[in-house]
Amino acid sequence: APLMDTVPPQVVPGADPSARQLCFAWGPAEVLVCETLFGRAGGSRSPCPSRSPCPSRSPCPSRFWGEDRAGAAARALTGSVAGTGDGAPSSSRVFVVRRDQDIYIHTLRKLFNESHGIFMGLQRSEEELAGKSRKAQLVQVSKNYRSVIRACMEDMHQAAVSTRDPALQGQYSTQVSILSAMELIWNLCEILFVEAATAGPLLLRLLDWVRLHVCDVDSMVREVLSSESPSKHKLFWNVVDVFVLQGRMDEARHLLSKEASANPASMNMYKILDDLMKKMPVPSLGNTQTLTELELKWQHWHEECQRYLQDGTFASSPHMESICKILLGDEDAILEKKELMTTWYHFLVTRLLYSHPTVKPMELRFYAQSSMDLFLGGQSSPEPLDMILMAAFEFEMHQVIKECSIVLSNWWFVAHLTDLLDHCKLLQSHNLYFGSNMREFLLLEYASGLFSHHSLWQLGVDYFDHCPEFGRVYLELHIERIPLSTEQKALKVLRICEQRQMHEQVRSICKIMAMKALRNNRLGSALSWSIRAKDAAFATLISDRFLKDYCEKGCFSDLDLIDNLGPSMLLSDRLTFLGKYREFHRLYGEKRFPEAARLLLTLMTAHIAPCSFWMTLLTDALPLLEQKEVIFSAEQTYELMRCLEDLTAGNPDKQKIQDDDVETTKVEMLRLALARNLARVIVKEGTVEGS
Amino acid sequence: AMEDVSAKFVSQKISRTRWRPLPAAALQPPDLFATGSWDNEDNRISIWSAGDLGNAGLNGEYHGEPHLLCDIQHDGDVMDMQFLDQERIVVGSSTGTITIFCHHQNNQTLSADHRWAKAHYHVDQDTSCAGAACTGVVCNNPEIVTVGEDGRINLFRADQKDAVRTIENADSSTLHAVTFLRTTEILTVNSIGQLKIWDLRQQRNEPSQIFSLAGDRVPLHCVDRHPNQQHIVATGGQDGMLSIWDIRQGTLPVSLLNAHEAEMWEVHFHPSDPDHLFTCSEDGSLWHWDTSTNVSEKPSFLHQGGRSTAYLSHSTMNQSVVCAWLSNDPTKDRMEITNLIPNQTLSVNSLDVLGPCLVYGTDAEAIYVNRQLFA
Repeated sequence: APLMDTVPPQVVPGADPSARQLCFAWGPAEVLVCETLFGRAGGSRSPCPSRSPCPSRSPCPSRFWGEDRAGAAARALTGSVAGTGDGAPSSSRVFVVRRDQDIYIHTLRKLFNESHGIFMGLQRSEEELAGKSRKAQLVQVSKNYRSVIRACMEDMHQAAVSTRDPALQGQYSTQVSILSAMELIWNLCEILFVEAATAGPLLLRLLDWVRLHVCDVDSMVREVLSSESPSKHKLFWNVVDVFVLQGRMDEARHLLSKEASANPASMNMYKILDDLMKKMPVPSLGNTQTLTELELKWQHWHEECQRYLQDGTFASSPHMESICKILLGDEDAILEKKELMTTWYHFLVTRLLYSHPTVKPMELRFYAQSSMDLFLGGQSSPEPLDMILMAAFEFEMHQVIKECSIVLSNWWFVAHLTDLLDHCKLLQSHNLYFGSNMREFLLLEYASGLFSHHSLWQLGVDYFDHCPEFGRVYLELHIERIPLSTEQKALKVLRICEQRQMHEQVRSICKIMAMKALRNNRLGSALSWSIRAKDAAFATLISDRFLKDYCEKGCFSDLDLIDNLGPSMLLSDRLTFLGKYREFHRLYGEKRFPEAARLLLTLMTAHIAPCSFWMTLLTDALPLLEQKEVIFSAEQTYELMRCLEDLTAGNPDKQKIQDDDVETTKVEMLRLALARNLARVIVKEGTVEGS
Repeated sequence: AMEDVSAKFVSQKISRTRWRPLPAAALQPPDLFATGSWDNEDNRISIWSAGDLGNAGLNGEYHGEPHLLCDIQHDGDVMDMQFLDQERIVVGSSTGTITIFCHHQNNQTLSADHRWAKAHYHVDQDTSCAGAACTGVVCNNPEIVTVGEDGRINLFRADQKDAVRTIENADSSTLHAVTFLRTTEILTVNSIGQLKIWDLRQQRNEPSQIFSLAGDRVPLHCVDRHPNQQHIVATGGQDGMLSIWDIRQGTLPVSLLNAHEAEMWEVHFHPSDPDHLFTCSEDGSLWHWDTSTNVSEKPSFLHQGGRSTAYLSHSTMNQSVVCAWLSNDPTKDRMEITNLIPNQTLSVNSLDVLGPCLVYGTDAEAIYVNRQLFA
């Protein structure tokens, strides 16, 4: 480009494009340019300083039993990069960083649109409710968000199953993993922060959480249950263990009863175990028992289990013995079933169920940390997902949000979660050293991402509306970048601006549309756009085009518009003149000569007509002067004469030289016509007055 | 009732929804509809099945959300769309092109059958020619009329390659919508608040009648004609106002009804039950205007959910009810108005009613089907 010659080679201070790769990202008012390693062999680093680089580790060897969903999610999370290159990494040195990579995933548009409705509902629901009903309302909102995530996951899963393209399939599966991880984190946050479950119900909620998300064993359970004789199946005891580990006592007992009937020798042993499982006290959701009552009952039951174990009741069946140990909360016995739990947080919940069923929220952090340490056993380091869940168990809300921001390739999750937590009044105390607060910062990021998308920009508007500090400025800067491809789209953008009294933007949109119409020779459309913006200067410009057309062609175009200007005629003097001048022509056409003559004169004497147009007006007076009947009164004729003299006297001689002949002839003709009219009118008026 | 509404998020902003017309004397409710999208990088025409007809219970309730039968890529925003017959759909594009798509029901595919490229266009100052958005399409098989931002009116015949007639510069402002008044006459509305009648038999390139809003000349965006009383016309404006016109008299609307808070994008009389009218708007609402309630001797079956009887036998009553639209003060205990979408925030761009069924589409990328409008 020729521009390059004039611009110094180093545009960004300190950056050297010949040695390092550059990337850039559009901000609302500025461009971010920085160096990046993105696309270099082995260097998959987040280039954007607004997000800390995430450590890019090679995926750890699968320490999970089977193909674990959460494990896959953890790997997917590690692998994701905040920005993505638009061009081929090897050939290009400059990359466009996308603010929000996931915005461009087609299937996720459902997530963005549906959650927008939930978000708006939450903003509307402002604190008219208090206490319990408000909490129930917020929990419901949280559940709605989660069900949207799940619906999206389902769609994505369907897409993965139905596609034949392996690359696409891989992409979809990764998305399923990420969505699944998001839902897992959200659900935990819902239990701990939104619902703030107390000791007792807390454990029940965590059990539900584990049952909902550890679904890798489901296929094994199905296989065993659907086999001809489940108790003969080689995985029979695994399934019983799974049920026990997840606290699904009824299902475990049902399965065990099959074993008992197939194996009468162990009937007695079975009956005792079954009885223990049946009697196990569990926290209730209602207020039917106090925590102390529960603890007491639980203590008794625990002692009973202990007795049976110690007197060797189950000695002949290692399987049943191990179950009894699990019931007693024996850590080693539970850890032996590591592969059936697949994750440390399942281990945590199982441990709590059989050792600390009345765990208090604030005690969670200790059990969580030790469970993770025990489960991972120092063999591998925790993944980002583990760190996020751990932060949640530690009630470090800000840490959860921060880690999610770093690790996820979208702003959707943190923006909506943070907004919800803010509505729960959990984030008030925290102010950032930049911008406003965290909620607003994240919503702005998310909405800016929406605005960078070809279609999703409309959603962004409402998010900006709910950012009290900077939302307005962001909206103003972003809305001007929306391409106005059709009038319909322009009208939609215009409506957004008008509803928010964004006068500057209203004017600019109308001006752009008016200019477009003008370029396309659509004077009528151009005029209606400038009328909408009340843009007097532009209306004048267009009126001049109309008048110029008239002077050239001798007739008006777009009569349907000019005849129907109505009150909008008053927008600009020139427009008023255009309308009035057209009215003169109409009156003349209808042979209402006296009215036409009066109007014509007023156009000049009241200085409605621009001086450049006076000669045309005077020429228009000629046929009226030549009518058989006298139309202009003596006084009017004098005024016409004065107009003519003003015009000719005012004109410097130099300009007249060019079309001297035509102009002089016109003036002479006018003078002659005026003189003759004056003569006639004097006679006429004298006669009338005399009679 | 709202519980009869099924919704589907479709990952594209919907600009038009249209029921496939029913064959004459059909007794069953409509089952297929078409949608068009706008403002996507890749816009599409899609054919949907309204829901699982096989699951219709004894009480006539349906289950299942709409599901996609087939779709096809469309160049530019879908600006307007109309079924020509049971198979063919005419689509007007923001590129100025008019396309006839054919829905092959045997193998559920769509194909572009015929195309009039740049039927609407601008000639700019350098006299180069660029497509101008088509804004309205109306069909009366085999005739097709289109209007556009270029102020042009085109008359096509489905079986002819070239336009039968074009009225250049028919309007100096943007034409927003068109509908048939009679077989040889059309109605257009424009961006300076005018309603015009054009007689296509006349060679004069001027409207035979012009009606106009008083005062501020608010742009009109949509128009529909009463199915039985052809002199009654409804239009919707930029300010969300519903205007009812009697084209036999005067040049001003008979009544102006305060309605939506933003642009009214579509207005439709119920085709077989025209004392019901439906409007949708940029403000995210969809209103049901019901003038049938003022007739005290009105039989009550309409409210008892007898779906097919309601819309088949009702036409006999129109004579007594029809004046409701033209009465001087229709708001006064003569009309029941219901917003069918509470709490919606993004624009409802399009709606269509047929029999007991309503379909509408939004900028929130969702389509909704209500199968029991009068329940």
